[in-house]
Amino acid sequence: MTTPPPSLAVELGGLTLKSPILVASGTFGAGREGSAFVDLSKLGGIIVKSMTLVPWKGKAPPRMCETPSGMLNAIGIQNKGIDHFLSDDLPWLLKKDATVFASIAGNTVEEFVKVADKLRTGGRGIAAVEVNISCPNLEDKNNMFSHSEESTAAVVNAVKKSLPRVPLFPKLSPNVTSLSAIAGAALEGGADGLSLINTAMGMAIDVESRRPKLAGTTGGLSGPAIRPIAVRAIHEVHTAFPDVPLIGQGGVSDATDVLELMLAGATAVAIGTANFVNPRATFEAAAGLVDYMKRHRMADLQEVIGGVRLEDR
Amino acid sequence: MSMGEVLSHKKYGEHYHSLTIVAPEIGEKVKPGQFVNIRCGAGRSNIIRRPFSVFRVHKRGGWASTIEIVFDVQGPGTEYLSHLRGHASVDLLGPLGRGFALPKRRAHCLLVGGGIGAAPLFFLADELRNEGHRVDVILGARSTGLLLNQIDARRVSSICRITTEDGSAGDTGRVTDILVETMEKCETEVIYSCGPHPMLEAVSEIAVERKIPIQVAVEELMGCGYGVCMTCVMPLRKAPPKSSKSGDEDLIHYARSCTEGPVFNGGQVIWDGATGPLEAVQAELAPAGVAVGQHGLEDPPDEHPPPGN
Repeated sequence: MTTPPPSLAVELGGLTLKSPILVASGTFGAGREGSAFVDLSKLGGIIVKSMTLVPWKGKAPPRMCETPSGMLNAIGIQNKGIDHFLSDDLPWLLKKDATVFASIAGNTVEEFVKVADKLRTGGRGIAAVEVNISCPNLEDKNNMFSHSEESTAAVVNAVKKSLPRVPLFPKLSPNVTSLSAIAGAALEGGADGLSLINTAMGMAIDVESRRPKLAGTTGGLSGPAIRPIAVRAIHEVHTAFPDVPLIGQGGVSDATDVLELMLAGATAVAIGTANFVNPRATFEAAAGLVDYMKRHRMADLQEVIGGVRLEDR
Repeated sequence: MSMGEVLSHKKYGEHYHSLTIVAPEIGEKVKPGQFVNIRCGAGRSNIIRRPFSVFRVHKRGGWASTIEIVFDVQGPGTEYLSHLRGHASVDLLGPLGRGFALPKRRAHCLLVGGGIGAAPLFFLADELRNEGHRVDVILGARSTGLLLNQIDARRVSSICRITTEDGSAGDTGRVTDILVETMEKCETEVIYSCGPHPMLEAVSEIAVERKIPIQVAVEELMGCGYGVCMTCVMPLRKAPPKSSKSGDEDLIHYARSCTEGPVFNGGQVIWDGATGPLEAVQAELAPAGVAVGQHGLEDPPDEHPPPGN
């Protein structure tokens, strides 16, 4: 008699996800291209590319360079705008039975609110919203919202007022002195959970031409290089706020990496840059989780969340 | 996504490596101008795949078709590939991208290639000749050793012109120095080009001036190769906005080379010389008489009109 494969389902706040494995924003578009490689309905969810009030055309190229065990990018959130998402991408995703995490961005609190308003009126079927606060704040000398407690709380609070009934996951930047303080500000602003981490800021210079390798000078570092930063960040925030559901991300490539972030405290884990390398990374990681559960005779993935053993140290 | 097996590794001239890879699914489907995205190293140090246009295809009945790629060693990725020998496994994604559109009626086609960039033009030349088109070739490089496969360039063409900047083979100078006279002599009706950006820019300019359709294949740095990462973008001119409220959104479209290209209408690309600060590009594009290539943005290359209609 064969036993059925163990369930990968997890509870993320009030949401039941089919699997803890998500795709990270900006690494799978709105699913169309990636659907050639993976069945979107089998994912825990797809966090779509961030959307803004009007289309953003993005930064000039070059936008990417490879770095040791990772890459730097400065895309500038090229996207077709929230209206296009609501009219084209969302109906398609829902037809594919995908669990949709909308990701919203803006340069002012007002822009965030306007995007959120459009989601409230036209975004039926969305499971949750990731708030991409790693955007320059035009009202604060272009500092990222996510780099200040005040800006973080202001955006989250305003978006929550617009979308009171949709779970909000602000996506935090690791480029701060005290992540717990920013996390606390996001929660006070009304966040239902937190998503961490966004890319680590970096820069690379071509020594022959003496120019930055990215047209945007600096960019976000992603890939396996940043995974230890993500593990630390998740552990820190989970320790400070053990009841807050966390979406972990940062350099995750396979099932082992997913489990590492879950042990640090993440309930769901998004795979990002690894999708570029291997479009089937999420599918293969899910198979690896099943294998792990069988080897460890586990019935429920919930027990690994925050399960890192520290007491022997 | 598939695993291929290296059938052979050889060198063209002093600089260029060639890998022939058994990849039946890709070999059966691939069209000239399309590319494959290859993992260049195991493990997690060099994670980003490298794109290579397909240089040649040998179809062998659907079970052992091969594709051939050519490259020169430019960094750790191509260094890795240069050490692969027979039976090595290669992790390939492809065929990817939109290839060259072939003329819908018989036409005189001029293929202009620079350096290693000429690679996809050899596959294209074979396909064009199979369909009965006339093929002429201009092949250029800095010096003899950097010309890709002169012998085949001569074999596939009615007229073949060679240029080198140092005069070590053919005419001394650049491909664009002899482009106009070659076009006139060959009664060229469509141009296909691949090579460095400054060359593509110059070729496109001449083609647009003479109202000859120009398709260029670009080779950009890519993160994913299948349309999600938005890193391999080329700035294209959009048609001038119909409404008066023209923000910067209205004039430039960053098109993904991997899915919207890598073949573009050369007259529509805003080449490197123009991509300075955005304001400069805006200023250049703002006048009402903006030169918008032969086709609107929405025209995919496969709807390329037959030349001379």
